[in-house]
Formats: sequence, structure tokens, C-alpha cells
Amino acid sequence: MSALNQYLDLYSQHQDLVDSNSAHILNALRPEAYKALKKMQLPKAGSDNYENCDMEALLAPDYGLNIANVPIDVNPSATFRCDVPTLSRSLSMLINDSYASTSAPLQEEGVVVCSLREAATRYPDIVAQYYGKAADMNNPAVALDTLLVQDGYFLYVKRGAKISHPLQLVNILENGAPLMAVRRLLIILEDEAEARLLVCDHTQNPDIDFLSLETVEIFVGRNTVFDYYSLEESSQKTHRISSLYLKQQEGSNVTVDGLTLFNGTTRNEYYCRLDGENATLSLYGLAIEDEERRLSTYSNISHLKPHCKSDELFKYTADDSATASFTGRIFVDYGAVGTEAYQANRNIIGSDTATVTSRPELEIYNDDVKCSHGCAIGRLDQMQLFYMRTRGLSEPMARLLLKQAFMADVIDKIGIPVLRDKLHLMVERRFAGEKSTCHNCNVGLCGK
Amino acid sequence: MLTVRNLHAAINGKEILRGINLDVKPGEVHAIMGPNGSGKSTLSMVLAGNPAYEVTEGTATFRGKNLLDMAPEVRSHEGIFLGFQYPVEIPGVSMVNFMRAAVNAKREFLHLPPMSATEFLKLMREKRAVVELDNKLASRSVNEGFSGGEKKRNEIFQMAMLEPKLAILDETDSGLDVDALRIVADGVNKLKSAENSTIVITHYQRLLDYLQPEFIHVLYKGRIVKSGGPDLAREIEKRGFDWIKEEVDNKED
Repeated sequence: MSALNQYLDLYSQHQDLVDSNSAHILNALRPEAYKALKKMQLPKAGSDNYENCDMEALLAPDYGLNIANVPIDVNPSATFRCDVPTLSRSLSMLINDSYASTSAPLQEEGVVVCSLREAATRYPDIVAQYYGKAADMNNPAVALDTLLVQDGYFLYVKRGAKISHPLQLVNILENGAPLMAVRRLLIILEDEAEARLLVCDHTQNPDIDFLSLETVEIFVGRNTVFDYYSLEESSQKTHRISSLYLKQQEGSNVTVDGLTLFNGTTRNEYYCRLDGENATLSLYGLAIEDEERRLSTYSNISHLKPHCKSDELFKYTADDSATASFTGRIFVDYGAVGTEAYQANRNIIGSDTATVTSRPELEIYNDDVKCSHGCAIGRLDQMQLFYMRTRGLSEPMARLLLKQAFMADVIDKIGIPVLRDKLHLMVERRFAGEKSTCHNCNVGLCGK
Repeated sequence: MLTVRNLHAAINGKEILRGINLDVKPGEVHAIMGPNGSGKSTLSMVLAGNPAYEVTEGTATFRGKNLLDMAPEVRSHEGIFLGFQYPVEIPGVSMVNFMRAAVNAKREFLHLPPMSATEFLKLMREKRAVVELDNKLASRSVNEGFSGGEKKRNEIFQMAMLEPKLAILDETDSGLDVDALRIVADGVNKLKSAENSTIVITHYQRLLDYLQPEFIHVLYKGRIVKSGGPDLAREIEKRGFDWIKEEVDNKED
């Protein structure tokens, strides 16, 4: 019996409760999601595009779901404090699956940051125009998210509005018993807009099993600039399924960056559509996997219009018995002439029991393209290690410096200077064996 | 300082060193010469502790301690420095961070507190001057994008920073033009003292003219087959190695 049934049963038995704690526009898509899931089988590990990711196993445990929306006893302001004055006004939180803002509503011309549920009520036209329009209901993760999601994060930046400081969303998992948190992020930037968003995932209670299921939809208008950084620092017992859908219009410039410092089992999906001419996408990621951690990344970049550029770089280190996989598909359509698409996945494997899989997939339907892909899986360079040791550095120290150096170029691509600097430090601490790199969200954006 | 007895070493199962004997006393400068493939670089790698090489027989004692038991970093802390024939590029690790880690690792070994940032930068400035190394190179990644000459100067700079008791310079002169050679040789001479020793591995007389070693050894087929004074180096410069090779090969026959 499929793990899906428990969710389908839950929904059919408690449909009213699910609906009553959400909003009409979100509710309206549930029947379609239900129908899609009914027909679906969950992908198992090894099936197409699910290299080391067993969706059936991920969804099988009987997690609790807070569909009645019972508030849990967490006071975000007690746990998280924001010291950076220019940023404190834009910190939002999703505690499990409920939106909480610790700062006064953002008072910026043409910008709305609020709960998705609230947005669906206050701005029904905008939400209805975009909600569910990028995400693919044939993706089981999206269908399940759509079926059960009650709230999430909403960011809307009006035409021409530019937010100079980075926005931040902190996702917190906190509960006394196993819990599944279903979230949705809806991000809309109209033409000529500009924004940057950092999303941090934290797990407060490392002894509890959590499943975080999120679908992120990002719509980027013409000549718009948007950076999206997703930083995971969760726990061994956290399972994360994140499906990101991005639609880019003409001349837009988007960076999506997935940074996995601590995780349990993570499935990150990036579906990016370059849907207007001269759009640029930078898709980056790094992951530090050790112990029993698992990471599965699937990226799918579609070049649909001429003269778009995509630059993809993912770097992983895998030690102990960790498993990491990267599957990167690049699709270039018939008319998408002048396409430039570069893909690289580089990995350092540090033990005989760690596994890394890398699979590039290029599908190109016209001749006027510049495409490259490269994947490499190797060990640290022995001659570099020896050279450093002859200068007196211990072997662990030399390894630390080399691993940090390995990640440096991905970190240097981060467009928020304070985050970039902090991340260099966090990666150093992570490789140095510290148990946590950003306790209480000490990312630098919100200070300690 | 250094006593090597009947040292045998192999890489990937192939024996390269076949019984090296060598004595280096404080303040001495030794030159090791020899044709390509004779085992010169292997000797330097083995003395510095490259784990890719396996010592199959023999002993090496450094200042009374068993050198062969020590990890490469411990050898460095104890005072051995290897100037690489091919300095290794380490993209993403800046020279400054690298050197700070190296200097502080040694201080930790000596039970000294880490050097303050100001002290450290002052030391860098001072030692850079020894080999006229550009400040810009110090802020770049280790050896990355350095010219051949800059790499070799960078080796001597690191030697100056670490103040070794025994420096092994493996073909530090190769790939250097006349000016760079002079700068490197001057640097080595400036660092020379009555307490520390140098082993220079080279093909050429040029560097020896600057460094004036008292002891010349010829390495061939993994053994030191001839030792002598400065005259030996001059003879090799004139006649090459063939006459020595013939001597040895005839003996073997």
C-alpha cells in the first residue's frame, strides 16, 4: 500500500478542517491535487530523476499534521532576535506550518510581505493569478503540498519597486512529537523590480522526526533582479522535500542558491523556466554531507526563448556514510537560439563508505548554443595535503583548509556581502566539526 | 644534525633509494647532484615524509630523534623544510592564511601562544623582503598564477618564515633566469647561519657558485656514489656525469 493513502484518507476525512484553516484560493486547488495523487505512484529510489531519493520511504512514517492549526508554544521573539537594524524589519517566520512575523509589517512602497493565507484574502486577484501556475501538479511533492497546505509565505514586489536590504524568512520546526509541516512560498516580482530573500531552515528539537514539505513558486517579471538563498541547518532527523519552480521573463536576472550545512534527508528540486529573451539564471548550491546524511538534488533548467544564459554550479563534500546525488537536466528548445548554458557539479568524497552520484542530462534542439557540462568526483589532492603538511599544518587542518577552499567559489557568488562573509565562517566551523554553525539563526542578517 | 644510514625507499613497489648514507652537521651546506632519475627528488620527499613513499630499510636521525617516525608536520616543527621542485598550487587558500596557519601550528608545537595579527603581518613584511616577493602575491592563493620564478621565490619566503634548522632545496634553481637565481640564492645565503644546515639538490654549478657548499655528493641509481669538495662540482660541470656513471657501472659489472 502506498504511503500516499494515509494523506489521501486524512484529507477526505478532514477536508472541512483543512479548508477552514486556510483560504479559498488554496482550497480551490485541493480537489485537483487529490485527483492527481489518486492516480499517482510515489517514485522510489533509483527511478528517473530520483537517484538516491525514496519518496515512498520519505512519506511513509506516520507524522502528525497540525491541520487543526493548534498554536504551539513557541515564542519566536524569545528564540530569535534581530540586531541588524536595516534588516530587522523584514524578518518573517514560518513556525512549522504557520506564519509569524517578529517585526512590524514591512512599510515599503509597493512591497507586500505576509502570510500566504492572509494574502489570499487581502489580495485575492494577485494570489489567484499566480498560485499553482508554476508548480506542476504531476509532481507528487507538489500535489501533496497543494492538497494539505494551509499557509505559507507571500512576497509581492510591485512593478519598479526595489528593496535594497535583503529579506529573510526563517522556517522553524519545533514540536514534541513527530510532525509534518506543509508550507508554500509564493513570490511575485513584477517588471523592473528588485529583491533578495534569504530563507533559513532550522530544527529546534533534534530528537524529533520532522518532515518539511514545501513548494516554492517564484514569478519574475521583465528586467527584474531577484536572489533567493535557501540555507538549511536542520538536524539528522529532519526530512525535507523542497520543490522550487521559477518562471523568468525577458531580461530578468535571478540567482537561486541552495546551501545545505546540516541536514538529515533532503530532496531539493529546482525547476527553472527561462521564459523571456535575454534572461539570466545562476543556479548554485553547496552541501556538506557526513555521518548518515542524505541529499538528493534535481535541477531542470528550460531554455525556451533566445539569448538566455544559465550558469549552474553545485559542489558537495561527502564523508562517512553520507550519500549525495545530483541530477541536472538542461533543456534547450528549438527556438532558443543563442543560448548559453553551463553546468558543473564537483564533489569531494572523503571515505570509502560515502556515495556521490552525478548525472548531467542535456537535451538540445538547436545548433546555435553554447553549452557545457562537467562533473567530477574525487578525493582531496594528496600532493596539496603533503605540501601543506611540510609547512607544519596538521593533516586535519590541511584537509579543513582544502575543503573550505573547495567551497570558496560557490560562497563567493553570494550576492549579499554580510551573508557571504558569514557563510565562509559557517563553512569553516562546519568542516572543523562544530555541531552547529548558526545557532539561533546567527547568520549575520539577524545577528544574535 | 642529520644522519642517514642505508636508507632504502620505494614508490608503488619500485625501489628508488638503495642505501643512502649521509651526514650533515650544523652550519654545513651540502649539494646533491646526479643525473635524471637517480633518486634526488625521492630523497627529498622521503626526508620530508611524503606518505606516497615507503621506507623499506635504513634509518634517518634528525637532531637525535628518529625522523622516519615523524609525520611531515612534525618534521616541519622539528626544523625540516623542503623547498619543492614543483611548488604545489592551492587555489582558494590564500598565502596569508596558509602562512598564518603554518606559523601558528609551529608555535603551538613549541607551546607558544598564536602570533597576533600585527606581529604576523610585520613578520610577513620582513621575510618578503628577503626574496623581494611582491605583496600582491602574498594576498593571492598559494602559488596560483605565480610564474616559475615567483613560485621558487615563494618557497624561499616560506623557508624564511619558518626558520628551519635543515632546509632541503630540491632544484630550486630550475626554471630560474639569472636575476631570479641571484635573488633566490641571496635569500638562501641571508638565512644561513652557524646553526642551520642546507641540502641543495641541483643539476647545475650556477647555484653552487652562489651557495658555496663544502660538500658535494653524486647520487646515482639510488646511492651516493661519490662525495667530495667544491672541486667535484666543477669537474661535473666540465665533464658531466658520464665518467662517474661509467665508474659505477664498471664496478657493478
